[in-house]
Amino acid sequence: MSKKAKRLTAKQKERRKFLRSIALTVGVTGISLLGMVPVIGKWVERLRPPGALLEEDFLAACIKCGQCVQVCPVEAIKLADLTDGLGIGVPYIDSRAQACDFSCDGLQCVLACPTGALIHEISFPSQVDMGIAKVVRPAQCLAVLGQGFKGQARGADFPGKLRYADIDRWNPIKVADHPYDLELCDLCVRQCPIEISIVECALEDQRKSTGKIARVAQRQENECPPKHAIELRDINGAMTPVILEGCVGCGVCEMICPIEPAVIIMDSSDSRANSRGMRT
Amino acid sequence: MSGIVESLRVLLGGAPRRVSKKDFPEEVQEMHKHKFADKERIEAIHIELREKAANKQPERWRRKRWAVLAAVNLLFLVSYYLDIQLLEGALTASRFAGFHMADLNSALQVMLAFKHVVINLIIGTVTIFILWWLLGGRTFCSWVCPYHLLAEWAEMLHLKLVAKGWAKDYHFDRRSRTWLWLVFVILAVVTGYTVYEAISPTGILSRALIYGPGVALIWVALLLLFEIFFSRRAWCRYACPIGLTYGFVGATSPFTVHYKLPNCYHEGECRKVCLVPHVLDTVLKGRAAEMEVDIGADCTRCLRCVDACPTGALTIKYKGPGDLL
Repeated sequence: MSKKAKRLTAKQKERRKFLRSIALTVGVTGISLLGMVPVIGKWVERLRPPGALLEEDFLAACIKCGQCVQVCPVEAIKLADLTDGLGIGVPYIDSRAQACDFSCDGLQCVLACPTGALIHEISFPSQVDMGIAKVVRPAQCLAVLGQGFKGQARGADFPGKLRYADIDRWNPIKVADHPYDLELCDLCVRQCPIEISIVECALEDQRKSTGKIARVAQRQENECPPKHAIELRDINGAMTPVILEGCVGCGVCEMICPIEPAVIIMDSSDSRANSRGMRT
Repeated sequence: MSGIVESLRVLLGGAPRRVSKKDFPEEVQEMHKHKFADKERIEAIHIELREKAANKQPERWRRKRWAVLAAVNLLFLVSYYLDIQLLEGALTASRFAGFHMADLNSALQVMLAFKHVVINLIIGTVTIFILWWLLGGRTFCSWVCPYHLLAEWAEMLHLKLVAKGWAKDYHFDRRSRTWLWLVFVILAVVTGYTVYEAISPTGILSRALIYGPGVALIWVALLLLFEIFFSRRAWCRYACPIGLTYGFVGATSPFTVHYKLPNCYHEGECRKVCLVPHVLDTVLKGRAAEMEVDIGADCTRCLRCVDACPTGALTIKYKGPGDLL
């Protein structure tokens, strides 16, 4: 190449620099918008953490710091990657892998959220509105088939954790370390945090009536779930899991279901479409 | 006051204004005139510079700065892994010993997108605003931002490749950054989504370090490759809205790099190492309109110029309340 061909006048140089700069600005803007498409278009559906606002508001408010991730004792909350289509750095819960079992008691993720993307007014698990469980494969359900369940609910390699209060009130343990032996499989009902809470409240009421309860252990108002979330109901002679009004969509039933793929899955489309982040 | 206006104008991408020599104070005119009288002194400086180039010593401030940058970023990681709750969250928002902190650009994006601010975010934003105002605004960039560190390493490689003729350094108009800042402000308001956060290399890197690497790092890698082969420090110079936000904050900061004309022999060593050399236009021959000048808001206080200057013309200055205006 001759030297003459390479020489540009000052004006030409300025012009090229200007065009390059336009390309840079448009390019960076374009790439940022590209990343938005699957998120705004809601291509993927996943549970958001407890207390998450209406999806649009949640996306606007989340500052993507992961403080909710850090406080979760069962590590249910993950931050979305580029390929997840849920917004880079925005938290979600894959409930089949690890559901939120409220073992933190006080909704720690909500308390940790610095921007109110998880609504601060929420106090109790029964107020959560993450979604609702749906029984999608009843024909495969062990209870419907009249079968029991023996062994580890999700196999020996499953890393998911749950709180088993009778074993350790404060530390969740691996589901794999807690084998079951059930005459009729009722794992989804047995492990439902709402149902467990209702049972605990009933026991407490009993103790209260006998006058044996420490003042500090007294529960707050509304702490007890007002409605049941799931039950096994006899439908034409088959014990079928039925989702009730009290379901908050935490996903524990989906996580614990030993059938592959799970008989119950979470659906957040309806509740997240109307929710303000909590039940009122 | 006019100093701040000029500083902001340069920050937004304007070319530094030249003051006509006739308008210089008399003593400054004299200083410029007699600058090169002391031939011996200048010869001595040249010898010193040649020696320095021959046996490269590590830069004092750069080492300290990298140590601070690494410490801050690793503190997030260590705090999470040891579960000591000392510094929770990521660079976008965090709690230090329980006290809220929020990155100013991330907080701005959230406020504009959400159109509602909770008290925790106000606390975090005000805390960080005061902190970085005191420390110099863009000090965040060179002392904390993890992308800055990677970009510095990429820059070293870039300079080597340019010297060999294997890479080019294309310049862009610095106003691109102002446009991008405005674009992301508007996009946040209009779309109701914190669009910039999706491509922020600062946020992506901070989260990758704390929560584990992800595919999003490809974007960071592409930016670094672009800087290595096509344009020196392009993201920090021409694109990053975080830098501009902190630039605004630092415009009135008491912490600046300070230039003393009498000490300067215009060797240009400072401008060779500077990330934002336009802030150092005042050190060019015959440009300084005053005996002492504070370097403008776009300066990241990386202090490489302080290390590079052979004659101590550039120093750190912490202004008292009386000096601020």
